[in-house]
Amino acid sequence: MWSLINVELYKIFRRPRTYIAFGAVAALIVVIQLGLKIDGNSYAAFLMKDINDTLTVDGKVLNGYLICYILLQLLLVHVPLLVALIAADMISGEANLGTLRLLFSTPYSRTSWMMAKFIAASVYTILLLIWLAFLALFVSMWVFGTDDLFLMKSNYVVLIQQQDVLWRYVGAFVFASFSLLTVTSLGFLMSSMAGNSIGPIVGTMSAIVFFTILSTLNIPLFTIIKPYLFTTHMNNWKEFFDIQVNANNEAIKGSILNIPKIKTSLSVLTLHIVLFVSASIMIIKKKDILS
Amino acid sequence: MSVIKVEHISKHFGNLKAVDDLSFEVQAGQVFGFLGQNGSGKSTTIRMLLSLIHPSSGRIEIFGQSIEKNREAILEQVGAIIERPDLYPYLSAKEHLQLFAKVRKQQISTNAIDETLVKVGLAHRSKDKVQTFSLGMKQRLGIAIALVHNPSLIILDEPTNGLDPQGIADIRQLIKQLAQEEGKTVFVSSHLLSEIEQVAHQILIIHQGKKMVEGVTRELLDPEKRIVQIKTMDDAGALQVIVAGSFSNYLLPRKEGIFLKIPTYEIPLLTESLIKAEVSLLGIETKNSLEDYFLQITSNA
Repeated sequence: MWSLINVELYKIFRRPRTYIAFGAVAALIVVIQLGLKIDGNSYAAFLMKDINDTLTVDGKVLNGYLICYILLQLLLVHVPLLVALIAADMISGEANLGTLRLLFSTPYSRTSWMMAKFIAASVYTILLLIWLAFLALFVSMWVFGTDDLFLMKSNYVVLIQQQDVLWRYVGAFVFASFSLLTVTSLGFLMSSMAGNSIGPIVGTMSAIVFFTILSTLNIPLFTIIKPYLFTTHMNNWKEFFDIQVNANNEAIKGSILNIPKIKTSLSVLTLHIVLFVSASIMIIKKKDILS
Repeated sequence: MSVIKVEHISKHFGNLKAVDDLSFEVQAGQVFGFLGQNGSGKSTTIRMLLSLIHPSSGRIEIFGQSIEKNREAILEQVGAIIERPDLYPYLSAKEHLQLFAKVRKQQISTNAIDETLVKVGLAHRSKDKVQTFSLGMKQRLGIAIALVHNPSLIILDEPTNGLDPQGIADIRQLIKQLAQEEGKTVFVSSHLLSEIEQVAHQILIIHQGKKMVEGVTRELLDPEKRIVQIKTMDDAGALQVIVAGSFSNYLLPRKEGIFLKIPTYEIPLLTESLIKAEVSLLGIETKNSLEDYFLQITSNA
């Protein structure tokens, strides 16, 4: 199995297309960081305008931790589309190229190949996330410095001490990896059903957009299915930044407000990953390789 | 000993019968020619041999084991190219062999990879990316991938596609060498019948998914008789001579010209008769016997 994973990783990282996503993430982050570096104070003032009358905030609001949070909010919606570029191409791309028959006539089962391909696509996804984390968190910390993390929620404010932030980002990135692996597995499933890459890539993106809309709409009919949609849970990395307070309304260091919600979301996402990958293996096992 | 044993396999795609009740056996050390026109079911059969397509019915045994139950053990000893030589455009020839060497359970040395590249005539382009290769070079690389792990059974689907005459001759020589010097069993499909005729011990002709004929190549060819085409400026006059000279029994029903299947010793006699009758003779051309044989049986089917 290791040799198959090795082969799949080798192919992924020899393809120029692979680096588009890394380039796109870098370009987006650098542009946003540059914009905030040049005109960050106006942005911070805009954020604080509603609470300036009731709250005095000392220190550096626009620090590396807040920049990372802003970047994640923006990018974790769009990174799935970049992940789909590779994941949805893993099988259909080879079918289109005609190389799938070469792989499937080697002395390994189709299940082994599929697992190797999924693991390789997952490695790509995780590396993309690590790249994003490096640029969004560590470069932002370096460029903007660090301080307490001040977050404006819809009807309250969260203030997390700077020594209590970093582990939350670790948790958020681990959670995000589950979200993105769900997208990887969805792209993989789409890929197993097609003979060229365009359909699965567009299909994966469309499915994400479609289910995101369903997850967002507050219509009773959709409310019933919402808890079962992966898109409902994909953005719950933010839960790591909701903190418990004591009786005096003081933040409890090292706490998370809603741990069960995170656990539920991780379970739903994991279930989706297992379902999507199993379904794709079943499809490929029964498929006649005609390409 | 049978290396391949196919029993009554069929494959249906909806209403289309791509392969219909096909049975045959390939003996060890043999070059087996699998002939058929495009769309006759050759590639579908080969894909079933490699377990890429599931047969609708029938049974396939390779090395005495069912391909369905012992797929992985069997494929370890098989090397194949299937139809077009589709490869990774962003990898070089050597990288392809290194990559496919990794997915074999046996250890394949760098020397073996280099020797395989020499064998197929690609050593000088080993570091070039496949996207710069001609179709013929890709075909050679496809064959190299099939050979790199030193398999006992080699399945080559249309291996001379896209090759120039020298390339075709090289592949023909390679097939002979694999069977005669290395004792490999080679299953080679083609629609270029002249290629198969020169290398195969046994041939099977498939048409519309069904077996048309199978047998030992030299027995099927009947070297005592040749198919000749008479090329003249006056076909009607030539036909009169043929009928008058009692050659009419040898006439073949062809629209494209005058064709006869005639004993070799009668060809000079026929030529003499045509010259004596002052038919404006352009030439008497001996046709490729196997190709003509193939066309004859498939057009009668």
